Amino acid sequence: MTATTAARRPQSGALTRTVAMFIKEFVQLRRDRLTFATMIFIPVVQLLLFGYAINTNPRHLPTAVLMHEENDVTRSILTAVDNTGYFRLTKVARSEAEMDHWLRSGTVLFGIEVPVGFERSLRRGDKPALLIVADATDPMAAGSALGALDGILQTALAGNRGLPELAAQPAAFEIRQHRRYNPAGVTSLNIVPGLLGTILTMTMLIFTALSVTREVERGTMESLLAMPIEPLEIMIGKIAPYIVIGFIQATLIIGLGVAMFGVPVLGSITLLAALSTLFIAANLSIGYTFSTIAQNQLQAIQMSFMFFLPNILLSGFMFPFAGMPQWAQWLGEALPLTHYIRIVRGIMLKGATLADLQGEALALLGLMLLAMTLAVRRFRRTLD
Amino acid sequence: MPAARPANGTVAVEVEGLSKAFGDKVVVHNLSMRVLRGQIYGFLGPNGSGKTTTLRMVCGLLTPDGGRGTALGYDILTERDKIKRHVGYMTQRFSLYQDLTIQENLEFVARVYCLPEPERQAAAAIERLGLAGREKQLAGTLSGGWKQRLALGACILPKPELLLLDEPTAGVDPKARREFWNEIHKLAAEGMTVLVSTHYMDEAERCHEIAYIAYGELLAQGTIPEVIAQSNLKTYTVSGPDLQSLADKLTGIPGVDMVAPFGTSLHVAGRDAGKLDAALADFRKRPELSFSDSAPTLEDVFIDLMSRSRDNFQ
Repeated sequence: MTATTAARRPQSGALTRTVAMFIKEFVQLRRDRLTFATMIFIPVVQLLLFGYAINTNPRHLPTAVLMHEENDVTRSILTAVDNTGYFRLTKVARSEAEMDHWLRSGTVLFGIEVPVGFERSLRRGDKPALLIVADATDPMAAGSALGALDGILQTALAGNRGLPELAAQPAAFEIRQHRRYNPAGVTSLNIVPGLLGTILTMTMLIFTALSVTREVERGTMESLLAMPIEPLEIMIGKIAPYIVIGFIQATLIIGLGVAMFGVPVLGSITLLAALSTLFIAANLSIGYTFSTIAQNQLQAIQMSFMFFLPNILLSGFMFPFAGMPQWAQWLGEALPLTHYIRIVRGIMLKGATLADLQGEALALLGLMLLAMTLAVRRFRRTLD
Repeated sequence: MPAARPANGTVAVEVEGLSKAFGDKVVVHNLSMRVLRGQIYGFLGPNGSGKTTTLRMVCGLLTPDGGRGTALGYDILTERDKIKRHVGYMTQRFSLYQDLTIQENLEFVARVYCLPEPERQAAAAIERLGLAGREKQLAGTLSGGWKQRLALGACILPKPELLLLDEPTAGVDPKARREFWNEIHKLAAEGMTVLVSTHYMDEAERCHEIAYIAYGELLAQGTIPEVIAQSNLKTYTVSGPDLQSLADKLTGIPGVDMVAPFGTSLHVAGRDAGKLDAALADFRKRPELSFSDSAPTLEDVFIDLMSRSRDNFQ
């Protein structure tokens, strides 16, 4: 009899069963607090965070000056440069070598060099040149700032009462721009090194983020905890295989980058390999830490994703790092990808050495050790 | 087997006043027990009675909220690392790696315990388990009975002195259960101490000593004759027609503490023989019913213990 009823009204049965599924899913969803939190957290926090942090027209970019002479004229020019709002004079170099080091390490994005005899040439009407070296690895970051420089030709000396004869005259000097590392502004030269870090971040995080929760979900953790094995041993044993996998991935991406996109590797390939390994290990440790905090695999994936988003947006991969407000830059400094992107761009495009990159390398090491310490401490040694 | 194993008869596990609560739910309350070396000690009780929690506290997987205890002479609160090296714990749920082969699982265990020649040890264990030729089979594809045997094999691979088995035969067919118990007896004869939880009565009778635990409290312990004697139950076996309605009538009469159907007869028991006889006096006059004196079975005792403790618990 039930069969005939069902046959007569097949749709109502389908609806009831669909509703049954709907209710069950909803109840399960509601029970998972972290999932519930991410539903609120992801849109609100991420929107506010990135809405305020991202700026595609970056201003106040760190700039170094190398003054071969210092006088009223050069000071006026520097003030004018500062007044464009695009440059922030953060360093005074004593030699060209020092300025190059800062550019290679990414400490500054621009270097302004005032040549010897600038004022004399100016007064003679020889149109001396002011040299501006830009780190053009990220064409977006350097572009608008360089564009704004033309304006200062007119205004730099206008207000200078000591030079009335020059003030009236437009363009008493010229600005020689040097887009270093990526003179043609090829986007792929910037994107490929960034992608290397981004791809590694995503894959490495997920690998280890699932590793502890998987043991818990499958019930193997109970046995594992009853065995004489230490949390540190478990962690290292779980991370190590993925270092090899990450290394293969990195080799593949760099190889394709060189072969297909013509990205150079100007610096030491050994250094690149060593620091890439460090970066891979740092991300694996962070993923592992998520794994010890999350209660199930879904939560672990959600945490990885929440961590991955700022890595893409605040690391300087998609948007210029120096263009972000200070608080966002601090956040960015806490992400391994930020440091790795500087390392990869430094070694591949700028020929940077370990001396140029030691700050970034130490930051990666620090982040890795922090994550590992947290993971070992968070690891539940009992089922309490 | 290590030569320096302490003699049978010395204490293997001793706990006193063990308590554990999860949130505000007390799971184990003031539990004390003592297991001698070389014994098979059965842990009986209904579901949710605290058997698993107690086993986990003994092997260091859970921290007791109160009480103290030792396993193999090591403190269960402070010397967990040492306990883990000498205790094998077989979980209720199959907890080997389903996506590893039999050989790989055993090798993993051998390596974690730093056994020499893990490949050879694993191969030898496979031979002992009767799984030769199936080394490369994934553990997840084994049948329930074989999974249990493999889990036991993995547990005893490092030659633990104490074996904790949490309902090892749940869902296993009778033949596999019997083989499993034969194996346990062989291990005990070799000097291993076995603490095993179960709710099968026939398995209780295979243990040297048993403890009955319900609602977190240990209600009785000792050998089976001791436990039966301790209960002081007076039991009658009643046979006749329409026993179900008789059972309904008897239940709740003062002096009748337990009424339970057993096949075609009814077990009626009371803690006070005099009161029981008084209560049954009218029924004994009925000609269609035949009453016979019988010794209480272990099950009678347990059902009685359970009904008593439920009163305290609620």
